[in-house]
Amino acid sequence: MSYKIYQVNEALREFVPREVIDLEERATWGNPKRGVMDLPYAKELIEEHSLCAGCPESMAFRYILASLPNPEDTIIVNSTGCTSLVFPHIALHTVHSLFGNQNAVASGIKRVLEWRFPEKVKDVVVLAGDGAIVDIGLDCTLHSFFRQEKITTICFDNEVYANTGGQESGSTVKGHVFKMAPKGKQYEKVPMWQLAIDAGCHYVARLTVSSPKRVEQVVKKAIYVAREVGPTYIHLYTPCILEIGLNSDDGLEEARARDKERFAFFEYATPEAQEVINRKKEEGLL
Amino acid sequence: MAQVSTEKVIYNRAGQRVVSPDYLLFEAPRTKHFMTGSEVVKEAVKRSSVDASVSYPITPQSEAAHLIGELWVEGYVGVYFRGESEFGVMSELAGCAMAGARCITTTSGPGTLRAMENFPMWAGTRIPIQLVLMARGINSPLSIQPDNLEVSFLLDTGCMIWYAENAQDLFDMIIAGFVVAEKPEVHVPLITVVDGFFVSHTREAVMLPPDDIALPPYDPYKAPMPVIDAEVPPGRFLRDPFVMKSNYISYATHASWQFEVRAAIERSRPYARHYLRGLIEEFGDPEAEIVFVACGTAAAQSKEAVRLLEDEGIKAKVVKLKTIRPFPVEELINATKNAKTIFVPEFNVVGWLEREVRRYLYKRSDADIIGTPRVAGGMTMPPEVIVKEVLKILGKEVKHVI
Ligand SMILES: Cc1ncc(C[n+]2csc(CCOP(=O)(O)OP(=O)(O)O)c2C)c(N)n1
Ligand code: SF4
Ligand SMILES: [Mg+2]
Repeated sequence: MSYKIYQVNEALREFVPREVIDLEERATWGNPKRGVMDLPYAKELIEEHSLCAGCPESMAFRYILASLPNPEDTIIVNSTGCTSLVFPHIALHTVHSLFGNQNAVASGIKRVLEWRFPEKVKDVVVLAGDGAIVDIGLDCTLHSFFRQEKITTICFDNEVYANTGGQESGSTVKGHVFKMAPKGKQYEKVPMWQLAIDAGCHYVARLTVSSPKRVEQVVKKAIYVAREVGPTYIHLYTPCILEIGLNSDDGLEEARARDKERFAFFEYATPEAQEVINRKKEEGLL
Repeated sequence: MAQVSTEKVIYNRAGQRVVSPDYLLFEAPRTKHFMTGSEVVKEAVKRSSVDASVSYPITPQSEAAHLIGELWVEGYVGVYFRGESEFGVMSELAGCAMAGARCITTTSGPGTLRAMENFPMWAGTRIPIQLVLMARGINSPLSIQPDNLEVSFLLDTGCMIWYAENAQDLFDMIIAGFVVAEKPEVHVPLITVVDGFFVSHTREAVMLPPDDIALPPYDPYKAPMPVIDAEVPPGRFLRDPFVMKSNYISYATHASWQFEVRAAIERSRPYARHYLRGLIEEFGDPEAEIVFVACGTAAAQSKEAVRLLEDEGIKAKVVKLKTIRPFPVEELINATKNAKTIFVPEFNVVGWLEREVRRYLYKRSDADIIGTPRVAGGMTMPPEVIVKEVLKILGKEVKHVI
């Protein structure tokens, strides 16, 4: 465990901001049973966010960070987009490098950490938008699956290029009018969860952010399976309330509405993945 | 990195004895071998305690990349695989380097341009990856032939750029390259260029130290940025100085960060001078008024031209540039003090080296600077062609040379 890296240097303690001391004293380290139920009590690994008020991506961040089974040894790789502005507020080791190369960077990190620290568990998790994962980075996404990289990829699907002002993406539904699709999108939403299965992911889930507990379960399963078996993929609906014209308190309701249709909960696991999931359940970790 | 220590002798993970860079480069006994440029890449990597390499096929660099793969099989390289494209490869390697690995890869021409977005990112994130670039033409039209136009696109990426003349240079530069690029006050990527085919595929005599000794392993904890391994406290901005906010502090941060990358390249000068035995090499009559400024194969051909000119009774010399970034400004000014005419022979149509020479000699030399001869698209540059150009420009009779 390397959560000691969050211990504050005594000589500097009086100069260190409160939130850093809180990280040492009140964050949940070294406890794989941590989860969204800790949210009201523990120090969160995300300090604040720079998203629009009420953006469901902020819910996703909080639930995911609260659910990481091994945060002290988790590396998060990000891409350009609304989410990338949040990463400086996250207490863990995170990387932003380019738009769309997230699964390539994550592959390199994971392989080298396995080589440098064969005795340790180091989880590598990709968090990126639909534009990053499904469009510009699709080759890097799929090839990391083909190569069976032991990483977890989480797509924040808001069905749009939000950060650049609301352009159509491959994840937009057919017919929807966005910028760059002034006549409405001409083709179907890319079924990325299905592509992930076909490309060799061992655990795949599609869901919305409406249920924190469900997000926790899915994140934990995906990370445990990636550790032992191979690539895992989570496709999470995080509606862009700004671009679909909703108020800041509408995000949850929008997610719930989609729970009943195109984001109905869907889960897939290969037999090897199921074996890991069953074992982790027996161990009380799921 | 895990090291096995028995008394004072240290071994790397491959079981090679770790020696100092100075011993490996300057003191270890060397024996003569007959090898291609691609093969010396393997020999250099074998002695450099390399942790990771990711590859992608493109002529003329593929063989070098295959041979690094063989080293992985033999246990000399820790991580090796083929990526999905050069864009993917350079990002995969960025991940490897951020996680604390000493990394090397190779590419050429279209591969370089496909990967382009990564190079300023490497520099900005301060990772000392070494890219061996075996220069070839870029599309369109498609060409696999030697042509170094691609280097002009790399000049301002924030990467150091060195240029090897031949296989021996390449071997020594790769080893020296890791040492210089990994200095904490430097710690930027290095692009080591050779001309495709002329060097990659040509067999020549090279002097190599034994292969049971190697460079000290990379120590990522000396890096100026936190390693992404969760073993050190994370920086708040981590690998990306997060400056996407619209305020003057952000603008100033972004600007100063870029200056710092360039300053880091400047700080490599003393180390490069030591490990490369100078940023330039001079050949021919030191007092000559005719000077060729060149790098790579163009420098080799210019040396031949100097010999031919000597037969014509004309004194000339070559200033071979070993580094392009940093540019050897002081060395070039000194070496061209007597120059009346400076020729810059090049293997590309745009004359990027001529532009560089003009820029740095502006108001520092009275010599005429002439960007000739210039060949491209795979054409060779026979010394006779260089001599003919010189004689023509000097208004002398062109006799036996073609
Ligand atoms: C190579 C490159 N192309 C385009 C962009 C511009 N760009 C930045 S963020 C972004 C949209 C990101 O969309 P998505 O991944 O869906 O994330 P979101 O902002 O919707 O959360 C785009 C197109 C870029 N930064 N780099
Ligand atoms: S633009 Fe959309 S996705 Fe981006 S922060 Fe605002 S609501 Fe969220
Ligand atoms: Mg999006």
